[in-house]
Amino acid sequence: MNRRHVLSIVSTLALALVYGCGKETPPAPKAEAPKPPEVMTVKIGSASPLTGPQAHIGIDIRNGVQLAIEDLNTAGVEIGGKKVKFELVAEDDEANPTKATTVAQKLVDAKVAGVVGHFNSGASIPASKVYADGGVPQISPSSTNPDYTLKGFKTTFRVVAHDGQQGPTLGRFAVEKLKAKNIAIIDDSTAYGQGLADNFEATVKSLGAKVIAREHTTDKDTDFKAILTKIKGRKPDLVMFGGIDPQAGPMVRQLSELGIQARFIGGDGMQTPNFIKLAGDAAEGVMASIPGLPKDQMPGGKAFLEKYKAKYNAEVELFAPMGYDAVFVFVEAMKRAGSSDPAKFLPEIGKTDYKGVIGPIAFDEKGDLKNGPITIYVVKGGKWEPLETVAPGAAAVAKAADAAKDGGAKK
Amino acid sequence: MDIFIQQLINGLVLGSIYALVALGYTMVYGILGLINFAHGDIVMVGALVALAVAQALAASLLPVPLVLLFATLAALLVCVALGVTIERVAYRPLRRAPRLAPLITAIGISILLQYSAALIWGKQYISTPDLIKPEAFTFGGAQFTDLQAFIFLLACTLMAGLLWFIKASRIGRAMRATEQNAEVAGLMGVDTNRIISFTFFLGSAIGAIAGVMVVLYYGLGHYFMGFMLGLKAFTAAVLGGIGNVAGAMLGGLLLGVIESLAAGYIGDLTGGVLGSNYRDIFAFLVLILVLVLRPSGIMGQHTSERA
Amino acid sequence: MSNKINNLNKYRWLAYGALGALLLALPFIVDATLGRAWVRIIDVALLFIMLALGLNIVVGFAGLLDLGYIAFFAVGAYAYALFASPQFDIHWSFLVLLPLGALVTAVFGILLGAPTLRLRGDYLAIVTLGFGEIIRIFLTNLNRPLNITNGPQGITLIDPLAVGGIALNKTHILAGFTIAPVHGYYFVFLAFALASIFISLRLENSRIGRAWIAIREDEIAAGAMGINTRDMKLLAFAMGATFGGVAGGLFASFQGFISPESFTLLDSIMVLCMVVLGGMGNVGGVVLGAVLLTALPEALRYVGPLQQQWLGAVYIDPSDLRMLLFGLALVLMMLFRPAGLWPSSTRRRELSAEEDMPADEKAHAG
Repeated sequence: MNRRHVLSIVSTLALALVYGCGKETPPAPKAEAPKPPEVMTVKIGSASPLTGPQAHIGIDIRNGVQLAIEDLNTAGVEIGGKKVKFELVAEDDEANPTKATTVAQKLVDAKVAGVVGHFNSGASIPASKVYADGGVPQISPSSTNPDYTLKGFKTTFRVVAHDGQQGPTLGRFAVEKLKAKNIAIIDDSTAYGQGLADNFEATVKSLGAKVIAREHTTDKDTDFKAILTKIKGRKPDLVMFGGIDPQAGPMVRQLSELGIQARFIGGDGMQTPNFIKLAGDAAEGVMASIPGLPKDQMPGGKAFLEKYKAKYNAEVELFAPMGYDAVFVFVEAMKRAGSSDPAKFLPEIGKTDYKGVIGPIAFDEKGDLKNGPITIYVVKGGKWEPLETVAPGAAAVAKAADAAKDGGAKK
Repeated sequence: MDIFIQQLINGLVLGSIYALVALGYTMVYGILGLINFAHGDIVMVGALVALAVAQALAASLLPVPLVLLFATLAALLVCVALGVTIERVAYRPLRRAPRLAPLITAIGISILLQYSAALIWGKQYISTPDLIKPEAFTFGGAQFTDLQAFIFLLACTLMAGLLWFIKASRIGRAMRATEQNAEVAGLMGVDTNRIISFTFFLGSAIGAIAGVMVVLYYGLGHYFMGFMLGLKAFTAAVLGGIGNVAGAMLGGLLLGVIESLAAGYIGDLTGGVLGSNYRDIFAFLVLILVLVLRPSGIMGQHTSERA
Repeated sequence: MSNKINNLNKYRWLAYGALGALLLALPFIVDATLGRAWVRIIDVALLFIMLALGLNIVVGFAGLLDLGYIAFFAVGAYAYALFASPQFDIHWSFLVLLPLGALVTAVFGILLGAPTLRLRGDYLAIVTLGFGEIIRIFLTNLNRPLNITNGPQGITLIDPLAVGGIALNKTHILAGFTIAPVHGYYFVFLAFALASIFISLRLENSRIGRAWIAIREDEIAAGAMGINTRDMKLLAFAMGATFGGVAGGLFASFQGFISPESFTLLDSIMVLCMVVLGGMGNVGGVVLGAVLLTALPEALRYVGPLQQQWLGAVYIDPSDLRMLLFGLALVLMMLFRPAGLWPSSTRRRELSAEEDMPADEKAHAG
């Protein structure tokens, strides 16, 4: 009896809903602004992890986007003769691939003109399909997995060097400048760390250095004594780590405890203030690369850093400048196309030639950032100091990148 | 050879931490037959409390040993209170419930502890203030620090003390009686509820010390650090024979050495097919193999119940 | 009398019809009101219903606590992705791959079940947890020396479900309805979820289902009554795994990209929460649990901005809050309502205090 009641209630509700919906459907396309107002509002989406373990980096990106929008609104922008006000729609993808697609759909639903995001490659890649379906251009400020732009979507761009760009440059630096001959490589078994390490490995091998050990850990481990001891037995003159600061810190510490006298080098994931805290005194002399010019040498970089600090009372973590520039890339394209309709300004994004906070921005046909400079930092007196800026040499790097593709990840 | 000795030292130090944590699992299992899933997270809380206290006091002018003492005391206090409360609130009401119930509660408590810690201390890795500078020694070509030696010796002392305590003291005897048969022990005048509380008290206290060791040894703490540590320690307890205190110690040391040697040599032994990336699998493989082949572990006695 | 029954049946069919109409119209209603993103959320909820029902066979029916269930989801997803992507440049149809995925995961289920048959509940929990981690570690590392899974980079460009040139990842116009990918997948997932519910319900009242419940209640007694406990437990593992495997294949085709990070222990616990909160062993309860726990995190998203608005800052991360609530719910459920929100009748009797039970009912409880 009870069940019958429940069912009948459900059915009545269902009928009511269906009926109600049938009536509601027609006025759906109301959203398209009825009258052209004086000021046109253009929505820019931002998608990154705002909660969870990577929230600090995700919020950093969101802040960069927000700052760009505020700057644009203060300066006043006209697109196709109409004044434009920009509006931020920030979504949290929780660094979760499934959530990322939901959030992407939300942004497409909200009819944003462009999306800055996502942070993780694992989120950017599945989301890129949703944006492509919705015809919304996407610029990732931070996803370095080469696969991200390989899908052939016209809407997919990034303003960060991918692993195939940073790894080879780092490798060339290690062999040519540091004269490393016996190199040990460790990665953290994440897409980022392994991609970086694989590309590094291919480059140093092609330049004649010996890779004497290739070890792996995880992004949750803190005990590296076993693999470091193994490496110690092979007597390296350089240890390279593909991964981020929570592992790099204790690793450098344990390296010195084991009495290994080798230089230590890594990528942008460990070029953070927290690394120095975690590594303590052992951090001294450690080197790390980061795409772009040194922050205070970036055109407009100093002003950006000051503005950021003033507004958020925090230091830039990593990707805020990329997020900031991505918004400007959108807006410049809109200006050139004279429209904020993605269908109209999308072709213009590919033709971008913009001098941003992170340096010159231009895209290749895949939507990747054309090779930009990469800066090597070193820890000196408990602080990261720029050591030198490496321009990616065309021939050697291109070859190494090909070698990485053939010999590394895809066999 | 010196590399082998080095790996052995690495393994023994790591193993002594596993062993201390394993004691908490094994004692509770011995008495209640319950896997206290939350034990690894109690260790985590101990580590983070010690870290927070050390950080707060690092700026003061207190001498370093005193700072460490206060940090350890704080960790002990919080962990013991947590352990006993958890038993009281989450496990005791379910003592007669089907097996699944306390197990699921334990998982719930574990999640609660992790995310409460995340709420209090954030989800970033927290670094330990530079209180002690480990001095390095060389021994037969292998290098180790005074901190490593200290951790290993302290762990051994604690374990020996615990063995003696259980064997010789009045409470220890009551614990053994409760383990063998709680009902009869009750009839003989043992307050089993108090003994069970005390077991949690003891396990949590040892866990807190293990937590402090982890913080000192690795120089960092994190809200999720208890999970893997707990899992490994549980494996150690099973390896040694769960419910058996001496077995947990042996299992812990053994597991630490197995892991170190495996991570160090598997690549060469398999011609590069397997590498150090499979390190975490060894603990699980050991666990499954022991459970399937010899569920009583190395030193366990009563098999009938477990099969 | 018969008139009355006829009437009852008529109402019932009416209700079922209305429910059917609602389910058919649901994606379009949601799309028009809440937005397309919520259709996607419903799609995911349907997948989780399948997962939760699969785990329910193992945990709810047979009483074997499995903490690594997401491994089967992963195996199913990879089984689909490897044979329908540029990874090996193999592009088989899902009509082949979904049954294949089911078969492969069933084998994995037996592989996990066989060595653990003799283990008691809590040991089994730990071993299954280890199994889940082992699968994930292998998926992460099987990219060298021979690249099989593409490691942490994951597999991308996975083929969508497609029949005769009509692919579900494109928007189609059918009889005036715009059917976007999320709508197409909704109907496929709905069909699979309904099939899972149907199979679960039929299993529960079958010989097999009763055998499982008997094993859950008292394995020794079940064995004494002539039930082949070994085969029955293996069957439970295999059946449960199959559900996860099929759901995994669907997930891979839906997302177009998978990587090991989608299959963590947290996801296993999430599915377990669905089963436990909804009501172990009761199909309706499990479905309820899956829907609630998929929708809840989405609803909790609004908690962050609300805190900002009311308190001036975000004190509790919505994702933390979700985990705290899960943890708390697991504990409170076990303490106060061990049978779940919508318990099965036997389970309720079994888990409630034995004193409350009349003697004759106690005898029938098994």
